[in-house]
Amino acid sequence: MTHSDIIVVGAGPAGMAAAAMAARHGATVTLLDEQPRPGGQIYRDVDRAEQQRIDILGKEYQHGATLTQDMRNAGITHVTGAVVWAIEDSFTVSYTQHGQAAQVSADRIILATGALERPMPLPGWTLPGVMTAGAGQILLKQSGVLARNAVLVGSGPLLYLIAAQMVRAGTPPRALVETQSRHDLLRAAKHFGGALRGSGYLVKGLKLLAQLVRARVPRYTGATDIAIEGGARAEAVTFRSRGRAQRIACDTVMLHHGVVPNTQAARSIDVPHLWDSAQHCFSPVTDPWGATPVDGVFVAGDGAGIGGANVAEHAGRISALKALQELGQISPQARDDLAAPLVRQKAKENAVRPFLDAAYPPCAQALAPADSTLVCRCEEVRAGDIRRYAKLGCLGPNQAKAFGRAGMGACQGRYCGLSVTAILAQENSLGPDDTGYFRIRPPLKPVTLGELASMHDNNAADAAE
Amino acid sequence: MNNDLQFLELDKKATVPVTFDGQRLNLPDGENLAAALLAAGIQTFRHTAKSGAPRGPFCMMGACFDCLVEIDGVVRQACMLEVEPGLEIARPSAGGGDHDPQ
Repeated sequence: MTHSDIIVVGAGPAGMAAAAMAARHGATVTLLDEQPRPGGQIYRDVDRAEQQRIDILGKEYQHGATLTQDMRNAGITHVTGAVVWAIEDSFTVSYTQHGQAAQVSADRIILATGALERPMPLPGWTLPGVMTAGAGQILLKQSGVLARNAVLVGSGPLLYLIAAQMVRAGTPPRALVETQSRHDLLRAAKHFGGALRGSGYLVKGLKLLAQLVRARVPRYTGATDIAIEGGARAEAVTFRSRGRAQRIACDTVMLHHGVVPNTQAARSIDVPHLWDSAQHCFSPVTDPWGATPVDGVFVAGDGAGIGGANVAEHAGRISALKALQELGQISPQARDDLAAPLVRQKAKENAVRPFLDAAYPPCAQALAPADSTLVCRCEEVRAGDIRRYAKLGCLGPNQAKAFGRAGMGACQGRYCGLSVTAILAQENSLGPDDTGYFRIRPPLKPVTLGELASMHDNNAADAAE
Repeated sequence: MNNDLQFLELDKKATVPVTFDGQRLNLPDGENLAAALLAAGIQTFRHTAKSGAPRGPFCMMGACFDCLVEIDGVVRQACMLEVEPGLEIARPSAGGGDHDPQ
């Protein structure tokens, strides 16, 4: 088994920046990532994107190439296509690559597992043709594939970004169906001063909106009663906006109402998580260095709380500095000197967040879905089923699994966990922290027996050497 | 270009032959398999084991497991694979032999 000082999981902005910083100061670093090339979701395939695609995606996307370059120059071991499925024993990490399981070990681990789209259970959300806005962006970034007849549904700046990119590519969306209201914007106003201190995010947002107005993309705000119609595939989005019923025909629907930390890996090693009421999600408990209460475990980037790509990059470097100092590679003084400017930049990048969180709250309809709406996509469990379990005395998500398999499918609760917690919390008049979340156990991703057997062979070969 | 297709492809790449449920398709070599199948007009990748409902790619990042396909007898996520010449891709049989990673 290969041993490194530090294992980083995830090659998005936080992971790439952490790995490069750690290696530059003398640590041996193994970076494990599921994708064939670095970038994470935000900078997906940035090294392969041709000029036309970069023109569509914008220069913020192109910035990712500086991170991939830095990481390569720093001299780390980047294991691509590596699906991590277990973290054990401070720390042995098991993963599968090209159908073969393998293990690596390290003294410190930095989890940079990023974000997932917030689950958005609406009628019809499981139909083919319905995908997350993030999926729409991945299709564009990695493959240059764009939906011709899409309706974008939900709330948040990502919807404006992808809509503007679609306009630039010549395939503007049919409409934006936005769930936030003017009331939300008024409530967000108190955070406006803070947002202005941020790095021009508000200006960027207004520019995106101006592009949508010029392209005459219809925007409906305060949308309620949203449903996706269709039999074998999505055919239309229906909703109410300003007192009127609307129906827009389309074949692609992109859903988004914010992203939430991907907590699977951290939960699997018992990192405690707490409810973040501003961001409506669970986040791991971390100190300003990204260190968790579990010795040697750091969480950096969106996995530690949503801040976006630039915040993630700084957070990755900050966690790497603390790990370096703990390993004796740098002194506490050097750690603090190197971290100080990064902490300042991170705070500046984060300044817009309270405004965004308030102006674009999650879609209320998706937080409290109708009884007939599917909540668990894998096991096809409906919101009404979860409410029925609550009436039978079910207090928490793990009990709900036993009642009706919610969260027991292949995605392991990634796209129903927060919904199940929210519904049980509402029904039982408890808070999210008291209601809790699914217990996450390895394997974090499916492993075949053949893959496991191949690991045994590899370990035997190691021992024979 | 066929404007009836759900998706527009920005680039024209060299394609290789594969089959999907016995249907011959020419997909761009090395491209993300889920993206390539979508662009080729495939919408339903599988049917759920429980109700037989149609499903297609949802997250495109290996998290949702809705884009499962069967290749060489193994059920895998199409969004985590790349197109290779000669792939024989099938819809996983609903009900029997479907995914059960536990």
